[in-house]
Amino acid sequence: MTWMAIALISIGLYFLVVGALGMLRLPDVFSRAHALSLTDSIGAVFVLAGLAVHEGFTLNFLKILVVLVLVYLMNPVISHATLRAAYRYGLRPENRD
Amino acid sequence: MNAFLPFVIVTVTALMLVYLYRVVRGPSVFDRVLGLNGISTKAIVLLVLIGTIFERVDMFVDISTGYALLNLVGALAIAKFLEERGAREK
Repeated sequence: MTWMAIALISIGLYFLVVGALGMLRLPDVFSRAHALSLTDSIGAVFVLAGLAVHEGFTLNFLKILVVLVLVYLMNPVISHATLRAAYRYGLRPENRD
Repeated sequence: MNAFLPFVIVTVTALMLVYLYRVVRGPSVFDRVLGLNGISTKAIVLLVLIGTIFERVDMFVDISTGYALLNLVGALAIAKFLEERGAREK
C-alpha cells in the first residue's frame, strides 16, 4: 500500500468523521442534510480513490472509478429529493436570530 | 502498515453506528431517510474495503455497484412517496 493511497484514505476518513459529527449534533433536518450530503460524497470519493490507487492500473481501477462516480452523483440527488419532500411536507428551517 | 485497512474498516463501522442512532432517534421521518442514505454510502465504501482486504476486489466492486443503484432507486421512491403524501394532507 503506497503512501498516496494511505493519504487519500485518511483525508476521506476525516471527512466521513466530520459528517457523522454533524449528523449527530446539528439541530434540524435541513442542516443535518447539509452535513450529510457534502461531507459524505467527498469523503466516500476520497476513500474510493485511495483504494483505486492501491489497486493499481488494472480493470479493477476502472470498476472502482465507476462506483466512485455513481456515489458522487447519487448522494446530492437523494439529499435534494428528500429535502424537497420535507419542504413540501411542511417542515421549515429553524430560524435563530 | 498492514493494520491500516482494518483500522479504516472499524472506523467506518463506528460511523455507521452514529447514523443508526439518527435513524432510531430521528424526530421526523426525513431524518430517518437521510440516516439510511448515510448508512448505505458507508456500506458501499465498506464493501470495497473488504474486497481489498480479501484481494477479491473484482467481485466485491460489482456487489457495491448493485447496492448503490438499489439505494438510489429506493431512496428516490421513499422521497417521492413522502412528497405525494405531504401534498395530499395539506
